[in-house]
Amino acid sequence: MSQLDDSFIALPLQALSDAALSKAKDLGCRHAEVRVERLRLAYRSFRDHALETSADSQVLGLSVRVVHNGVWGFAADIALSADTAAQLAERAVATAKVSRPLTPASVELAEEEVYADATWVSAYDVDPFEVDEATKTGRVLGLNEALLAGPGVNHANASLGYVHENKYFANLAGTSTTQQRVRIQVQLTAVNVGDHGFATMRTLAPPTGRGWEYLTGTGWDFDAEVAEIPELLAAQVAAPSVEAGRYDLVIHPSNLFLTIHESIGHATELDRALGYEAAYAGTSFATFDQLGKLQYGSDIMNVTGDRLVDHGLATIGYDDEGVAQQQFDVISGGILVGYQLNRQMAAEKGFGRSNGCAFADSPGHIAMQRMPNVSLQPAADGPTTEELISDVDRGIYIVGDKSWSIDMQRYNFQFTGQRFFKIENGRLAGQLKDVAYQATTTDFWRSMAAVGNPETYVLGGAFNCGKGQPGQIAPVSHGCPSALFRSVNVLNTQAEGGQS
Amino acid sequence: MSVRAQDLVEQALAAATLPCVAWVTERTEANLRWANNALTTNGEMRSRRLVVTAIAEVEGGTAAGTVAQEIATAAEVGSVVVAAEQLARTGRPAEDAAPMVENYAHNDVWEDRPETTSIEVLEKLAKGLGVAFERAEAVGHLLFGFAEHSVETTYLGSSSGLRRRGVQPTGRLELNAKTVDLAASAWLGRATRDFLDVDVAEAAEELSTRLGWAATKVDLPPGRYETLLPPAAMADLMIYAYWTANARDAEEGRNVFSAGEGATKIGQRFSALPITLRSDPLYPGLETIPFVNFTSSLDDTSWAFDGGLPINATTWIDRGVLHELIRNRGHAARTGAQATPPVDNLIMDGGGTASSQEMISRTKRGLLVTSLWYIREVDPERLLLTGLTRDGVYLIENGEVVGAVNNFRFNESPIELLGRISEIGVAELTLCREWNDYFNRTIMPTVRVPDFNMSTVSQAS
Repeated sequence: MSQLDDSFIALPLQALSDAALSKAKDLGCRHAEVRVERLRLAYRSFRDHALETSADSQVLGLSVRVVHNGVWGFAADIALSADTAAQLAERAVATAKVSRPLTPASVELAEEEVYADATWVSAYDVDPFEVDEATKTGRVLGLNEALLAGPGVNHANASLGYVHENKYFANLAGTSTTQQRVRIQVQLTAVNVGDHGFATMRTLAPPTGRGWEYLTGTGWDFDAEVAEIPELLAAQVAAPSVEAGRYDLVIHPSNLFLTIHESIGHATELDRALGYEAAYAGTSFATFDQLGKLQYGSDIMNVTGDRLVDHGLATIGYDDEGVAQQQFDVISGGILVGYQLNRQMAAEKGFGRSNGCAFADSPGHIAMQRMPNVSLQPAADGPTTEELISDVDRGIYIVGDKSWSIDMQRYNFQFTGQRFFKIENGRLAGQLKDVAYQATTTDFWRSMAAVGNPETYVLGGAFNCGKGQPGQIAPVSHGCPSALFRSVNVLNTQAEGGQS
Repeated sequence: MSVRAQDLVEQALAAATLPCVAWVTERTEANLRWANNALTTNGEMRSRRLVVTAIAEVEGGTAAGTVAQEIATAAEVGSVVVAAEQLARTGRPAEDAAPMVENYAHNDVWEDRPETTSIEVLEKLAKGLGVAFERAEAVGHLLFGFAEHSVETTYLGSSSGLRRRGVQPTGRLELNAKTVDLAASAWLGRATRDFLDVDVAEAAEELSTRLGWAATKVDLPPGRYETLLPPAAMADLMIYAYWTANARDAEEGRNVFSAGEGATKIGQRFSALPITLRSDPLYPGLETIPFVNFTSSLDDTSWAFDGGLPINATTWIDRGVLHELIRNRGHAARTGAQATPPVDNLIMDGGGTASSQEMISRTKRGLLVTSLWYIREVDPERLLLTGLTRDGVYLIENGEVVGAVNNFRFNESPIELLGRISEIGVAELTLCREWNDYFNRTIMPTVRVPDFNMSTVSQAS
């Protein structure tokens, strides 16, 4: 198991915490918390045979958040000195005072156990920052060149991103946690250019909470995937355009994870349901009064939230309010049974305890309610993907995510994909192109006729889910099996737009 | 932060053993966020970031390595330079390599102090919002929104002797009003440099008027509608097109601006109307830092070798004809063209003089769509975008707004739309809705599209 990074724990974490919290206490704050965070990020991009971007960055800073006279206040800086920490406590109180005219009700927080001197490190083997540069760029460029060498591939792009994240958190109640996570994402895209115009196909490898071992055979076989893309892309270029209409869809986890993210993950954020995101990310059709009643989907639909699955991008020991990792039910038997919470909302709505979904993407940003790993559970004795396909007379098998869009209440969505296979009488019958599926969230999930067995389950995810103002990004995973949906509306994208 | 930013830049350049560009950006920021007539979050942040791009000769060509880091003390500078040089030395030759930007004349005052902001900039706004909350409460309305002010001061130096200083103030107000049953919603945004020109009471009043329009509800099916797209909606669509305007992609046949066989659509007419789309870092009210202080742009062009390059006014579409695309110096040299770095503002003007109200008054039957949301690319070949209408779709009949209409999902290409615009109004300062986290200096007109494609109905309100 990997260890906490020495250079992070060598920072004056205790002294910063003491200075900020004692000042906040002296200023009369009922609640105060300090967060020291270091983010190391790397990004490489490749275009055909060349390395195009090689950039590393680091963010290291300190923030203090207080509740002063019942009002939130927050301040952040990058100077890691005790003086700065104390000044930040003062500035946080100043922001609370400016904000007083806007705060009619006093802030209350749900209780949480105290975790003193707790530590946690994510499950990875090799920190990518410890791998020499030539090895890293050589590996990804080698994959890109292999893709480019494929028949019908005119151009190829690749990107490699990885993050090493350290968080220290302490509050007036006595909790102090020190944590470390590593995550990585690699994507390769083949481009075909011809008389038809151009077409692209991207790898399906999801971002994951792993280290460099992800590129050396643990968790994904990149070489095998790259080898099969040229032929798949050529078939797509030659494929007929889909006839718009209603189809049964068998959706692979590489596509369904994103539908889960958009239509379940975001829709069950309680801050959205309560209107806190109304002007920006939006609200939710899954309003609080429907908790325990809303028939979200068919009765085979069981969805959990967690921050503890190995290699999950949202997995962490303690959230950014000092709440310990948990798993909880979001949808059970098709019924909405849970929301994602932070401590303020848990208190406001009488949940007793937060389920640990507070997250800030950097030391300069406020912790807000962010998505845990939200996952659709497989059926223990469910069908294989082939068996799901065999149960369809006229349908489409969809693989890989591409374009996505959903409205601000998470009702109406439209997704495309990387590959679409026609299903005729229970068998795949070649690819289709120009496919997008469009539905209303509850109609779609109520049309789910079968979920695959655990062998079909894949942990997908996204590196950069956006939310909040100022904008924050969060990494999040979504596991799901293959699943079958009946009679979903499919568009032909070529027929959309343009002149009437 | 006792050490001056300028001195950190000089320290980085002195420590460098390779040609390099270094810049320090000091950023201060303050914000308020509210929902349901109450504050939700607030904050004041300060940061100082050093970026070093080192250039190294490697086997087969020239490589660049960039390292960026928040810098609290001068002692941290050396390690950033070393890391950037290590990245460059171990890198691979870049196709976009170009000679370092030489020193040139400019009017920046290197020694000037950084400019800053603080939470107090928003104090007047907060008081105004407190009053607006009470008024909204009294009439059964809820207010939501966000106000942010940031000031960035960048000091850029290079081993070729260039020294530049730029200041970028950015402010935005987003205000959203809903009826208490959440059945009706209206939004407006304001772009500002200092919040002195922001009138919360006036904005809240305008939203109250729009909620009044929604007293009558009209359900309409999907289909093609004559549609007025006001400046905020046009800005979101045209920004997306701007972010796609990569010259190399076009020459390689990989975006909507490709004409095939290595050619681009430069010179092709996109609109019969005299629509001009341009950017100018010196445009009054939309001033932006006029030199390259980034290593990549949202159109996916690399600027790693172009640090400090002057950013000039560029016309992208000239009276309806595609005139220019984005390219760095390396690609420009290979193709015999000029470098065209992207500018952080966008101005669309078709010579129209009609206000939105005048365009409404001469509409027999059509939709007024106030803002667009969740815009994503469906088909890059045509730049077909999908998205939703949001917070205010209104039915116009016989020159008047007669009620609020349900929301729609649309599928449209902004490039194809340019050819279908039938009327263009006066261009005015606006804040786009979806992309204002990244881009908020725009001047756009209201346009009339005779057949905007509303693909399905969205139940969202």
